Amino acid sequence: MDTTIGTLRFATAGSVDDGKSTLVGRLLHDSKSVLTDQLEAVERASANRGQDGPDLALLTDGLRAEREQGITIDVAYRYFATPRRRFILADTPGHVQYTRNMVTGASTAELTVILVDARNGVVEQTRRHAAIAALLRVPHVVLAVNKMDLVDYREPVFATIAEEFTASASELGIPEVTAIPISALAGDNVVEPSAHMDWYGGPTVLEHLETVPVGTDLARAAARFPVQYVIRPQSDEHPDYRGYAGQIASGVLRVGDPVTVLPSGLTSTITGIDVLGTPVDRAWAPQSVTLLLADDIDISRGDLIAPSAQAPATTQDVRATVCHLNERPLHVSSRVLLKHGTRTVKAVVRELPHRVDLTHGLAHDTDPGEFAVNDIGSMVLHTAEPLPFDAYADSRLTGSFLLINPADGAVLAAGMCAGADG
Amino acid sequence: MTVAAKHMAGTENPYALPHLDALESEAVHILREVAGEFERPVILFSGGKDSIVMLHLALKAFAPAPVPFSLLHVDTGHNFPEVIEYRDRVVVAHGLRLHVASVQDYIDRGALRERPDGTRNPLQTVPLTEKIQSEKFDAVFGGGRRDEEKARAKERVFSLRDEFGAWEPRRQRPELWNLYNGRHAPGEHVRVFPLSNWTELDVWQYIAREGIDLPAIYYAHEREVFRRGELWLAPGSWGGAGDGETVEKRQVRYRTVGDMSCTGAVDSGAVTIEQVIDEITASRLTERGATRADDKLSEAAMEDRKREGYF
Repeated sequence: MDTTIGTLRFATAGSVDDGKSTLVGRLLHDSKSVLTDQLEAVERASANRGQDGPDLALLTDGLRAEREQGITIDVAYRYFATPRRRFILADTPGHVQYTRNMVTGASTAELTVILVDARNGVVEQTRRHAAIAALLRVPHVVLAVNKMDLVDYREPVFATIAEEFTASASELGIPEVTAIPISALAGDNVVEPSAHMDWYGGPTVLEHLETVPVGTDLARAAARFPVQYVIRPQSDEHPDYRGYAGQIASGVLRVGDPVTVLPSGLTSTITGIDVLGTPVDRAWAPQSVTLLLADDIDISRGDLIAPSAQAPATTQDVRATVCHLNERPLHVSSRVLLKHGTRTVKAVVRELPHRVDLTHGLAHDTDPGEFAVNDIGSMVLHTAEPLPFDAYADSRLTGSFLLINPADGAVLAAGMCAGADG
Repeated sequence: MTVAAKHMAGTENPYALPHLDALESEAVHILREVAGEFERPVILFSGGKDSIVMLHLALKAFAPAPVPFSLLHVDTGHNFPEVIEYRDRVVVAHGLRLHVASVQDYIDRGALRERPDGTRNPLQTVPLTEKIQSEKFDAVFGGGRRDEEKARAKERVFSLRDEFGAWEPRRQRPELWNLYNGRHAPGEHVRVFPLSNWTELDVWQYIAREGIDLPAIYYAHEREVFRRGELWLAPGSWGGAGDGETVEKRQVRYRTVGDMSCTGAVDSGAVTIEQVIDEITASRLTERGATRADDKLSEAAMEDRKREGYF
């Protein structure tokens, strides 16, 4: 197998009965990614339940409660490969009570597959899934209209659903949607082209996954380097070595670049870039590297190194869209910890201007008073120290943050910055 | 390899990273996060290929400085001698500190009882969790991969454990972007899995690319084995062939390394890493399906053992 192929990270979202587990099982099965012992285990378990054939959903539901209830509770990560590309799939449950899992899966995805049942068309859940893909800025959206076999593979059914979904997606700011008519159960247009839908001339789900452009704009954005760790051997061999270790969050860094360290504002020049033992002239996101600078200045974990010409502003007042992930509600005046890049600071919630109703586009419910679990809304926070936020629209990594409960360390919310000046 | 921006099939992006580089970069990011956030991290080191790759990544992540973590080996007392020799060699070569939690000591003290079937894998949990408590380790790296088993597919990269080491799937913290949350109360610790997104094939391809030395048992060799159920087991201090089981000499290799009593060998003629990769690519069985008896107990076997504090 070629070791230089790329990777696509994608997510699937679908409601309980849309057949999402069957679609994922079908992708794994038909791309020959399911091995004999896994299939035998599924066949055994299906037979024990008195089912006729192997239930492909059992390939993916890993927890006992999920198998017993026939539902997906948590995000599951799955791996498969074709000769053209490797895939990391975040398989997320689609029910409203698991909005947080969908947000989690979407946060690292470059593409999301949204499933609908051809008999039901676009429902409240579908609008929620589209809104989450839009909020998390997943670059590519696929609408898989499933169970076409139950509507006699009729084109008008598919066309109506695709049209309705595309219209609401563009209102949400999703630039383009690829709609594919499928039957996960029968295998139409998942891996193999359908023999029942001559009217459809587009790619199968797998063909689309193999060819969609990846690694979009990460390297083209302004460079951002959150410092994770300072490497100082202090050995006889390397008495004065001081390297700043981290993963480039966006953009390209080059030897000779003038840089600014935030929040201190100190400046220096990159004199060396080391990619895990190999000196290079330039490196880009998402490479893990070590930077060497011309000046011996005070830099530690939590600082951000950026090109002087494109350094972000720092602020203590951040306006963001947050997805609330925890059973403990958040109020105005709630005291939290905010983790941005490699820095964690104290923060307080100043305002909760509105909650978003995902099922009606992105409608606002003003002054909600508190955010409960699975709520999504806007928030204004004040941080104890200045932070170099980017807008989430410009950078998914330096524009995002977590809110953490100082009492028990639990993750409370995931935030996406509107921009440094709020 | 890491420096050439090449035009790859299916992308128009000159900055796309080949998938092994992307996995390496992500794993190094995870290792460095732990170094920055925790007081006493330790790498669980079995001498198996996944923990060897983890150590290799740690050496790269902090070079030219030494690895800021010690190693912990849970010794079942039924190890392959080749693996113990390898472990001791690596510790000396890189000037590392090794902690050993010994199942045999617990059995000798009467704190654990030998199972009738002779397998000691399930007995590792208590020595492991007690060593974590007594040494006050706050982060424990494991080589676990999400592709290994269905319950592991739900595992976080940072997995919070209580003082008993227990994993509660319904109480897992959400994990978004590349923001890992390592906060924990005294007595709790975090298990960290830098190879979460790697597959078995990725690990082998990376070993080949980096020229990483492995214990010899991963390659084809002559060995006395006997058939038990679907596994070729090697007799040793743990026991051997029972009634109706015959020992024979076969050419075999191991796909995983664990307790000798439940780790089976596969028939193989692969003596080079390229041949091993060819065999794995062609194999229709997962590595655990082919070689591990302990995962087969029930549909929920792995989930139950993770809840108890097993990795």
